[in-house]
Amino acid sequence: MKEYVMGNGAIALGALKAGVNVVCGYPGTPSSEIIETIAKYPHDGLHLEWSVNEKAALEVAAAAAYSGARALVTMKQVGLNVASDPLMSLAYVGVEGGMVVVSADDPGPISSQTEQDSRRFSEFARIPVFDPVSPEEAYEMIQDAFEYSEKYKTPVIFRPTTRVDHGYAAIEAADAYMPKSFEGFKKDPGRFVIFPRLSYKNHGMIEERNVRIGEDLSSYRFNTSEGGPSEKAVLAGGISYMYAKEFLPDHTDVQLIRISTAYPFPESFMLDKLKGVKELLCLEELSPYLEEQVLKLAGRCGLSVKVYGKLTGHVPAMGENSADSIKGILEKYLGIKEEDVPSAVPEDIPPLPARPPVLCAGCPHRASFYAVKKAMEGKKTYYCGDIGCYTLGNAMPLDMVDTCLCMGAGVTMAQGFSHIDKEGKAFAFIGDSTFFASGMTGVVNAVYNEADITVCILDNSTTAMTGHQPHPGTGRNMMGHVTQKVSIPKILEGIGLTKVITVDPLDLKASVAAVKECAASEGVKAIIFKSPCIAIERSAKKCSVSDACINCKKCIRETGCPALSLSDGRVVIDTSLCTGCGLCAQVCPVSAIKGGTV
Amino acid sequence: MDKDILICGVGGQGTVLASGIIAAAAMVEGNTVHSAETIGMAQRGGPVTSHVRIGAKAFSPLIPFNKADLIIGFEPSEVVRNIGYLSPDGIAVVNTAAVKPVTASLSDSGYDGREMTEYLRKRGGCIFADGVRECENLGSVKFLNILLLGIAAGSGRLGIQKETMMSVIEKRVPEKFKEANIKAFIKGCEIGGK
Repeated sequence: MKEYVMGNGAIALGALKAGVNVVCGYPGTPSSEIIETIAKYPHDGLHLEWSVNEKAALEVAAAAAYSGARALVTMKQVGLNVASDPLMSLAYVGVEGGMVVVSADDPGPISSQTEQDSRRFSEFARIPVFDPVSPEEAYEMIQDAFEYSEKYKTPVIFRPTTRVDHGYAAIEAADAYMPKSFEGFKKDPGRFVIFPRLSYKNHGMIEERNVRIGEDLSSYRFNTSEGGPSEKAVLAGGISYMYAKEFLPDHTDVQLIRISTAYPFPESFMLDKLKGVKELLCLEELSPYLEEQVLKLAGRCGLSVKVYGKLTGHVPAMGENSADSIKGILEKYLGIKEEDVPSAVPEDIPPLPARPPVLCAGCPHRASFYAVKKAMEGKKTYYCGDIGCYTLGNAMPLDMVDTCLCMGAGVTMAQGFSHIDKEGKAFAFIGDSTFFASGMTGVVNAVYNEADITVCILDNSTTAMTGHQPHPGTGRNMMGHVTQKVSIPKILEGIGLTKVITVDPLDLKASVAAVKECAASEGVKAIIFKSPCIAIERSAKKCSVSDACINCKKCIRETGCPALSLSDGRVVIDTSLCTGCGLCAQVCPVSAIKGGTV
Repeated sequence: MDKDILICGVGGQGTVLASGIIAAAAMVEGNTVHSAETIGMAQRGGPVTSHVRIGAKAFSPLIPFNKADLIIGFEPSEVVRNIGYLSPDGIAVVNTAAVKPVTASLSDSGYDGREMTEYLRKRGGCIFADGVRECENLGSVKFLNILLLGIAAGSGRLGIQKETMMSVIEKRVPEKFKEANIKAFIKGCEIGGK
């Protein structure tokens, strides 16, 4: 049956077709929909989980793969940094059943902190990487990835990028899925307990094996060449191949080489395709990986080929490629006369309004930030943010994020500020899911090392930014089971905090009082701002502006709620956006805003 | 059929459902379809686009500049932002009701979309409708996406039969809103057909 699915859906269906037994991951754009798709196909013999973080996910999967089961781990590229500790060691130990680590890269970056390239990670860990160019191919390739993993008893990386993850295509999906049968874990300490001697031995084995894998991949079905032969050729990987394919055949018969397995580099294949080639343009995103591989190969084999790409400035070092940017690069390279095409945005257009992403109307995070801002007005403060919707607390008029580095960093960075500046008050803002993922250990560090901070846990009962995934505090999991809710206040009390206040952020007065109380006392304190994400639970009661409004615009100026705007000079509330949170009503100096839930 | 359709608007306006319906309907009629969506941080009140590419020769997930046969615009400034994608003989369906960004409210810039609509009117090749007012008559602004699909279908430039669209809409929207959505679609067809 043909199903029209997102690339991440195609990856999920491909893994199911490969008989995957265990699937683990942590949400992160652009990877989250893989696990969400698999959750729609529950069946016996499949364990599915949102793990607490990527490191946990990879370790759970590794045990399954040691036992001969097939395991899939999903994350975004920065998640691979978190999982890199087990991954680097697992690469030495190897696996019995097929294990595929999906690390979704995000050129742009569109929704990430970094433009890192997971192909580099595969080389670093000395394990193969697969790089699909489309959802259709991803469906096939993830199945190949399991085969290669099992054949060479090594974990492999599968590296889609945003445009493949979030592109849609029709996939010929199976009617039912059969998890793989496997023998189970066979105790073998000489194989599964990593010790220096084992690492030494396996290092040599891995280097020798990778040469063989490179040879094997030289005949891999998704390493291809079309057009030509020609003295000028093009090498592409990932989505850039599709952009080149859209342009080239209509314009020239230049040779287009595509490499889908960047590491181990398929050298024999490449040497064969480079015969007679005098110039080669490399089209890829993120880092000049293929370009560097060809340069190494050319140097070692004494080939006289000029290689162009990111290193020569022919392709931009950063950002996404596009059909149009690749077209321009190819026209220049091939000396094709550029068509007289106007630029994307005509010059005569009126000035466009800026639309930076903002917290939703009624978002409880807005109220939490506002309460801290009000309580600390005029005081020296450090506001350490974190990764999630609440990073958007940086926007005007809230302006409540001084730092944001990586998952969990807010809690620990606040401690750094508290140690070097005894005058300022340091606050950490962290979401509930992020707290479980990597915030808890930071709180232990704070208590042990005598920091003076207030940890603000913005608990909206979900992992909102990535699409509302459940987490340990929500009381349900991806197997569809109701589970014991892990209690954030009990964790904090267990760590030894003596001041833990839970407050409804939509109650402004109580929230401001809680912040003042914490700021006035020494040591590690916590406030749990507890109110559900508006996408989960929203009131039908809307706010409205009465005639008492003096049009001071304080509500707009101080909250920045997108439901508030000016119409013919008067403050109005867009009832299609308003959730009745009542923050504006509490901000209004003349009580002109009515309704809502507070 | 080869057709490139760009849907643009502001996060939360229902563009993703609209592109899903077009893709599904085009497939019912036997076409190869690819599409791409904006997902993630940008969805929170930021500009969003969906690219729907119908035909076997569309390899790139994104429509190249000047190649869109049709733009379905949920907000006037977003149509202007993406006007470079429209092919010289393409048309744009434009909802004239503006979505005011927080930045505009804070700076008191008075953005109300009129300047955008005026620009597009001068440019030509656009079908205008005050989608919000039309939807208020239908009972809820939530039907905006279906209304705009109706206008596109009614204009004859969508390349997909109205009946096919309706059968897909019936399958995709919640049961209790089915009737209202079909009404919105038919209303849209009327506007688009004028």
